[in-house]
Amino acid sequence: MKLGFSDVEEAFRRECASWFEDQMTGEFADIRGIANLVDKPERRKAWERRLAEHRYSCIGWPIAWGGRDATLNEQVIFAEEYARAGAPNRLNHMGVELLGPTLLALGSSEQKARFLPAIAEGTAIWCQGYSEPGAGSDLAAIRTRARRDGGEWVIEGQKIWTSLAQFADMIFVLARTEDGTGGREGLSFLLVDLDQPGIEIRPIRQINGESEFNEVFFDGARCPVENMVGAEGEGWIVSTTLLSFERGISTLGQQMQFRNELDAVIAAARRNGKAADPVFRQRLAEAEIGLRLMRYGALRMLADGKGGALAGAALTYKIQWASWRRALGELAMDVLGQEGEVAPTDAEGWPLLTNLYLYSRADTIYGGTNQIQRNLIAERGLGLPREPRGNA
Amino acid sequence: MAFALDEQQQMIAETAAAFFAENAEGERTRAAMANGIDRDLWRAYCRELGFGGLMVPEDLGGPGLGHVELAVVTEQAGRTLAAIPLLGHVMATAALLASDDRAAIEAHLPAMMAGDRIVAAGERGGEGTFVPHAAQCDLLLLLGEGGADLIEAGAATVEPMKSLDETRPLARVHASAGDPLPGGTVPCEAARAAGVLCLAAEALGGAQEALDRTIAFAREREQFGRPVGSFQAYKHRLADRAVEIEQARSAVWWAACALDEGHETRALALHAAKSFCADTYLRIAGDMIQLHGGIGFTWEHDAHLFFKRARAIANMLGDGPHHRERVARIMLDEAA
Ligand SMILES: Cc1cc2nc3c(=O)[nH]c(=O)nc-3n(C[C@H](O)[C@H](O)[C@H](O)COP(=O)(O)OP(=O)(O)OC[C@H]3O[C@@H](n4cnc5c(N)ncnc54)[C@H](O)[C@@H]3O)c2cc1C
Repeated sequence: MKLGFSDVEEAFRRECASWFEDQMTGEFADIRGIANLVDKPERRKAWERRLAEHRYSCIGWPIAWGGRDATLNEQVIFAEEYARAGAPNRLNHMGVELLGPTLLALGSSEQKARFLPAIAEGTAIWCQGYSEPGAGSDLAAIRTRARRDGGEWVIEGQKIWTSLAQFADMIFVLARTEDGTGGREGLSFLLVDLDQPGIEIRPIRQINGESEFNEVFFDGARCPVENMVGAEGEGWIVSTTLLSFERGISTLGQQMQFRNELDAVIAAARRNGKAADPVFRQRLAEAEIGLRLMRYGALRMLADGKGGALAGAALTYKIQWASWRRALGELAMDVLGQEGEVAPTDAEGWPLLTNLYLYSRADTIYGGTNQIQRNLIAERGLGLPREPRGNA
Repeated sequence: MAFALDEQQQMIAETAAAFFAENAEGERTRAAMANGIDRDLWRAYCRELGFGGLMVPEDLGGPGLGHVELAVVTEQAGRTLAAIPLLGHVMATAALLASDDRAAIEAHLPAMMAGDRIVAAGERGGEGTFVPHAAQCDLLLLLGEGGADLIEAGAATVEPMKSLDETRPLARVHASAGDPLPGGTVPCEAARAAGVLCLAAEALGGAQEALDRTIAFAREREQFGRPVGSFQAYKHRLADRAVEIEQARSAVWWAACALDEGHETRALALHAAKSFCADTYLRIAGDMIQLHGGIGFTWEHDAHLFFKRARAIANMLGDGPHHRERVARIMLDEAA
């Protein structure tokens, strides 16, 4: 067992670090350290393309598809240096980390050829159309329908909480394609162009005043039949494969972003003297310990060779980081006191820590709520008897 | 990937697990509670298993393994609440090796490795300071501000105490002087580091076992016509503890690796591991009683043994607030 990375990996770390530093102090200094997902979308699209020019857009993908075939260790290092440099959240997170790997695993060769290059090049931004007003934790309850019309699927229904749909070019949609089915049966996974008649996107205003997520209405929107991933009626398998990426690899390396946030809390505590208060010292220490344990937990999770699989340490990872970050938001506000309730100017969004406090309430909801995570851990991880479920 | 047990370490873990499961089952632990140490088990551990000198270098007759292996073995000992003098042994071995005191090493180490010489270790202190296994040992290692002393048990006044954790009973020790180990605070630090790691790993093992036994119960025990483990309030509690145990395992591995590699995060890792693992054990051992209902409150059930061991670990070698304050110093003061 070893803690450190190899010399070759450390060299890769330096290469990443210096490139990010150049970019973030140079041409992209204006988007350095953006704490939310919605500011300056055009600049961030440009950033996606810059990453692609340097083949840094999706380093874990195969070389043939614009990636670098990077090892898991390299991906962790990359993500750490990315966040350390204050580079903004990826606008195309869902294309790069969720849909891309899903297509690589389950897509046809035509689908790969059609969709992967544009993701790698940063020219097609994707969003995720799973949740519906009546289907959240119980995702299999979705009612959005798609019916065959010659060579096309025609889609009717509504999605909700669709992050970044307003900036996206494409959406992957889980829809019911077989009448009279319920639950996990009869669902299909479709790749749909957002720029067409029959699609309406309405932003939803959030707790922090921003609109990251949206309602998406489908009223006769279309996609060619070739845009179905996996077999007809087997969308559930595709969608859960994708979720395993969401809960696995793509959440790794984010500790460095958390590091930046914790450092900001520490700096605030030093500034206003709370760093000398024994009670705050205990809480700050707890936060520091939690962050480090996340990092080593992530390394363990990678080392077990199953990557995105929901096993052992990996199964507990989502709830670990989401709960940790929510607690950090609370600690931040306790450290700041009233200072945390006011913004220095009226112009932009909330400063980092106030936004963290508000935004981190979502971490324990999206991607499976903490309660759903506990069910998963208890039933799949610990083998406890299943909760009796309604009609599913 | 590197941050996982390698094949040899995996094998050591399995060997230790099988050894303790076979030899340190509940009845034996209970029998040993009368005098605080299961001496046969300890000899078998040292000789048959050959772990008496786990970290002793090859030129001194040991296998020369590291802290990772130590943690892996200690975790298994903690799982079965084995009544063995592992803590003092580990601390004294580390102190002796760090002191590089050839005479002391020759005088004590071979008999220690064979399981014939039992060592107790603890902080030198006033009235409120107790040393585990001091009433059962042949040799005492006392740690102080300036350094560590070795004292023959006969040369100290030892007052055995009725102790909460009877698998590792405490005693009050009065000893004016002893043989100071050379190296000043160096052997002290080595002893504390090994001791803290040992306790953290033991806590991890105990917590895992308490969780596993509670899960087994939760599948069997029925109320309202369903296994109690199918109730969400019940299973969510266990899920939370499982999350903590995963973190505790990361903490132990991090600390063990950091010690072996002399990593810059070494001190931080040890403080994190001790406080986090002990807290985790306290919570799961408490839950074990609650989630077993009435049976969990009985003397016959093992839950109280875990509960008591967890409390004892939390107090030994610095409690949670102490270690978190150390973390705070590292993160807030030294870097300032
Ligand atoms: C910021 C943000 C971004 C999002 N982005 C996207 C996106 O891009 N695409 C997308 O498809 N979705 C997205 N979501 C939606 C997210 O996945 C859902 O909100 C989430 O799965 C919960 O579903 P729900 O909102 O319907 O809540 P519900 O499922 O109605 O849950 C309500 C409450 O009941 C609890 N609950 C539900 N079932 C159980 C159970 N079996 N046991 C115990 N408690 C239970 C939940 O934990 C919760 O506390 C986003 C959400 C947020 C907050």
